[in-house]
Amino acid sequence: MKVIRTREWAFPVPPARRELRRATPEVDEGKPPLLFVPGFGHGAWVFAEHWLEHTADRGFPAYAVSLRGHGESAKVRKADLRAYAHDVAQAAAGLPRRAVIVGHGAGALVTAHALARYPARAAVLLSPVFGGLGTALRNPMVSLPAAFGGGLRLPAGQLFSRELPASAGRAYAARLGRATSRAQWQLLAGRKPERPVGDPPVLVVGSPDDRIVSDSALRRVARHYGGAPLLFPGMGHDLMLDTRWREPIDAILDWLEKSN
Amino acid sequence: MSYSTGYGDPELGGPATAWRDGWPVYDRSGTVCVIGAGPSGLTAMKNLKEHGFGVDCYERETSVGGAWNWRHNRSPVYASTHLISSKPFTQFPDFPMPDSWPDYPKHTQVLEYLEHYADHFDLKKSIWFGTEVVKVEPAEGDRWDVTTRSTGGFGGERIHRYAAVVIANGHNWSPKRPAYEGLDDTKIEVIHSAQYKDAAQLRGRKVLVVGAGNTGCDIAVEAAQQASRCWHSSRRGYWYTPKFTLGRPTDQVNDLMLWLRLPLKARQFIAHRTLKSTVGDLTRFGLPKPDHKIYETHTIVNSQLIYHLGHGTITPVPDIARFHRSDVELKGGELIEPDLVVLATGYETKFDFLDPALLGIDATGRPKLALHAFPRRQPTLAVAGLLQPDSGLLPLVHWQMVLFARMLRLREASPAKAVAVQRKLEAGLEQRWTSAKVKDSTRHWFEISHTTYLKAVQRLLDEVGLEGAAR
Ligand SMILES: Cc1cc2nc3c(=O)[nH]c(=O)nc-3n(C[C@H](O)[C@H](O)[C@H](O)COP(=O)(O)OP(=O)(O)OC[C@H]3O[C@@H](n4cnc5c(N)ncnc54)[C@H](O)[C@@H]3O)c2cc1C
Ligand SMILES: NC(=O)c1ccc[n+]([C@@H]2O[C@H](COP(=O)([O-])OP(=O)(O)OC[C@H]3O[C@@H](n4cnc5c(N)ncnc54)[C@H](OP(=O)(O)O)[C@@H]3O)[C@@H](O)[C@H]2O)c1
Repeated sequence: MKVIRTREWAFPVPPARRELRRATPEVDEGKPPLLFVPGFGHGAWVFAEHWLEHTADRGFPAYAVSLRGHGESAKVRKADLRAYAHDVAQAAAGLPRRAVIVGHGAGALVTAHALARYPARAAVLLSPVFGGLGTALRNPMVSLPAAFGGGLRLPAGQLFSRELPASAGRAYAARLGRATSRAQWQLLAGRKPERPVGDPPVLVVGSPDDRIVSDSALRRVARHYGGAPLLFPGMGHDLMLDTRWREPIDAILDWLEKSN
Repeated sequence: MSYSTGYGDPELGGPATAWRDGWPVYDRSGTVCVIGAGPSGLTAMKNLKEHGFGVDCYERETSVGGAWNWRHNRSPVYASTHLISSKPFTQFPDFPMPDSWPDYPKHTQVLEYLEHYADHFDLKKSIWFGTEVVKVEPAEGDRWDVTTRSTGGFGGERIHRYAAVVIANGHNWSPKRPAYEGLDDTKIEVIHSAQYKDAAQLRGRKVLVVGAGNTGCDIAVEAAQQASRCWHSSRRGYWYTPKFTLGRPTDQVNDLMLWLRLPLKARQFIAHRTLKSTVGDLTRFGLPKPDHKIYETHTIVNSQLIYHLGHGTITPVPDIARFHRSDVELKGGELIEPDLVVLATGYETKFDFLDPALLGIDATGRPKLALHAFPRRQPTLAVAGLLQPDSGLLPLVHWQMVLFARMLRLREASPAKAVAVQRKLEAGLEQRWTSAKVKDSTRHWFEISHTTYLKAVQRLLDEVGLEGAAR
């Protein structure tokens, strides 16, 4: 637990306008809100496609934030992991009740950092890209350019299963942006997040057929949080856009209902 | 929530299980009692709950926010109050204030923030509003009997027994009123800053403001703009730092220097130089020369005071000697004729509901507490927020309460270790948490430097361990 945060006090993250998409249930049943955090290059829209409405239909208020420089959030020239984690903590603290944070891809790492700055009720790490050398070696074509300041290259084939029609996959991939070079570099450098505050239960969800996150990486992250991953074989990295998007979100909501 | 049902209330207490002086005592088993729902009480509740404790909070007012709730009579804030600590130092470390707010939010925003904190963490259902704690007495097994009644004394008293108590009653609500010769007979209106709410009270009047704490300076600045005349009386010299220096909030500059690991001497040197080049020599305006170095006491943060001194709209004057019927005599003999005197002379700490010996309170009214929070030999009692930091208060109280929650948990998990930690705490009972020489006055004894203090808290937290004890 890090009490002294002189650097954060002396250099607070500059504010940036954030896109927050939402879908709220018709009647408030008092269920906890979910905050979805997209990965690098992705915006809140990836959750708005299917998951937000579906979550709200099941009675949970649902929100998705775009990290700065992504989606409809403010364009920024500079941003590091700390700024992204700040965006998540800001969005979470702004919700009416203590939130469950669901982070995807590198957004799962951002979420893990945010968990050290906001006591989430629970957290879900989807296809988590926790970085480090392993990620880079598994995806040299994706990450090599990033190491030299270019964007992470995320072709549709890497992100979706074959079940998703190729045209749909290409259309999604065309909407992707990129994270800042600094954040990409930090991702590859792979600094471990601090321990979450408030000890939230953490669920890791992924697919053994994810071409970006290996099965062993999934298990490693899950073990770090004291559990085993919940697996959806046959799905691609972007679980929320894939054809069988309903299965993982239902499993997550079931888990939340059970753990409460 | 309020007391609606009679004795034996099943929700809070159940049937009486013990007796105290002929009164029934309702046992709340492992629940912790929190006195006050200001910032300190709220963060106590939130962190205790996070560590799995049940909490009952008693708040004598009808809503949360403490000092920041200007609707309450006892609130010390006035319409124009803005924070003096910038956002990173003022927000709870795990609950950021909105990005859209300015560096120094207004008091209404602070209240909004506290309301939101209470809702976000679902604290209000454990708060008993309009209920005042009138007695806290030790019971067997390090437990506590807490006597409450509805504020104002209507209805009966009742006693509940708790596993632990957090005293978060604040220290900015009981006015400190100096005694002056002739005060009783003067026909000049004399109020304490606690009664000052709005600049309209000053409009067109000849105002003497006494005291150069942050309150006194704020009011003097308002008087400079609203009153027909403003005298400002201070009995010592102070450092007046502007809210922004070097292009950023001043407290962030201080921490930038700490981040660079500059020692106190170097920081003082730089701060003196910066102030000299911006604010300049204040004796020029007739103010006394500071009798201490900067950072030795928490500074006055006010950008506008100097501005008004320079415009002649504030006249600095020395301490008051005595009051006459229609004028005020200053030390040095000068007579002035204000028609309103505002005593911004600060506030007293008060713990009416408990035997002073329990907190080691001495003849001058100062408690003796390790880390200004933990009394000797009372491992289940803590005082939250009794600090005068060189930064914002809220983050410090947050960590005090994380530490207290963990220490309580440690008593169950490893009693022997808990005793060792308690002993370590008590060994530091005399310690002061600032590297600067603190002025010995009635208001400076609980001054701390946020880094020195938090380092000590960090060491204790590491020693207690129990990462993962929450929930
Ligand atoms: C004008 C002004 C400006 C300030 N500006 C700053 C700033 O910029 N930054 C900063 O960090 N701090 C500032 N402060 C300090 C401020 O006091 C703290 O921020 C904070 O309000 C302290 O919180 P607390 O909960 O300890 O006490 P309080 O806010 O005073 O709350 C105590 C609560 O306990 C209740 N209570 C007391 N006794 C009993 C009882 N017997 N039974 C039941 N309930 C009881 C009271 O009703 C109250 O609600 C300022 C103070 C003032 C006066
Ligand atoms: N804008 C803001 O955020 C803001 C505004 C106001 C207050 N605050 C905070 O609120 C707290 C209380 O502040 P405060 O200004 O009300 O009180 P304070 O800090 O205690 O200051 C009291 C002032 O009155 C003087 N004084 C006390 N007794 C006196 C006497 N008998 N005769 C003459 N002068 C006397 C003191 O002088 P000595 O120095 O000699 O003791 C001091 O200058 C502080 O923590 C402060 O930082 C913040």
